[in-house]
Amino acid sequence: MRLQRAVLLYYNQMVVGMPTKPDAKGPGFDEGQVDLIFHALSDRTRRDIMGKVSQGEQSISDLARQYDVSFAAIQKHVSVLEKASLVTKRVNGRQKLVRNNPETLRRATELLAEYERIWTHRIDAIGQILDEERQTGDRKRAEERKRR
Amino acid sequence: MTVISTTPDRENLEMTVVAEFDAAVDRVWQVWEDPRKLEKWWGPPGWPASFTTFEFTEGGKVEYHMTGPEGEKAPGYWRFEAIEQHRRIRFLDGFASEDGSPNDQMPTMVMEMTLDEADGKTKMTTVTKFNSLEELEQLLEMGMDEGMTQAMGQIDDLL
Repeated sequence: MRLQRAVLLYYNQMVVGMPTKPDAKGPGFDEGQVDLIFHALSDRTRRDIMGKVSQGEQSISDLARQYDVSFAAIQKHVSVLEKASLVTKRVNGRQKLVRNNPETLRRATELLAEYERIWTHRIDAIGQILDEERQTGDRKRAEERKRR
Repeated sequence: MTVISTTPDRENLEMTVVAEFDAAVDRVWQVWEDPRKLEKWWGPPGWPASFTTFEFTEGGKVEYHMTGPEGEKAPGYWRFEAIEQHRRIRFLDGFASEDGSPNDQMPTMVMEMTLDEADGKTKMTTVTKFNSLEELEQLLEMGMDEGMTQAMGQIDDLL
């Protein structure tokens, strides 16, 4: 579940972040970037790393200890994720720390506003239905009066 | 503008939306009770909804899908938990698999809609309750756009 969540999270970050209009605000991703993200998430270990760093910052040596692969292999995986902008890396003394892209958090706030917009749209649509019904009703009543 | 307020409540994991319509309570009730009317407003812009099963009774199930601009289908389901005629509806809203069965891997939310009539106008309050912060985050990260589910099914195939 955690893994799937991480994949969903980053997939959504990718899709939601994609500008629909040239002037749309947001991180924005071009085709090449989308390819990098797809490639990065096509590997089980990399998806698992995404899940782990979503819980909090981890050093590459910490990550390497949790998998049955070499430090170099993990370093390579992290580098693929980094190229896809899915994680960021920083150096702290002798450690290299990996964490998920903080952009996600900023997006969450925007997306909450997006949910509100969905409801605003729904309410406008309901208002329109009710208005149309009232107009139809008024017309019918007027016609009935004419007939009488 | 008919929207009075939208209130996100991060502590209680709720989102409250209040609207007022210049219509009698039974007319507003109809936009929920009649699936043909629901179809006209439930889907977000560009994603019209089609309700294929609609059992408007407590415990009743609803199956629906939304169709995206590219013809992609995003299936969802409801379960009615409470219905008080012209007053209140509470239902579980979730994502469905392609065959319409609930997709347990995806978050669910409980929505409660209440109507109050005064002076010929009707106030509609919808409260969306999320199960956990994790699910709320997941939904928010998903943009609450049910249209994503289909696309996500596609990426699952790719991975």
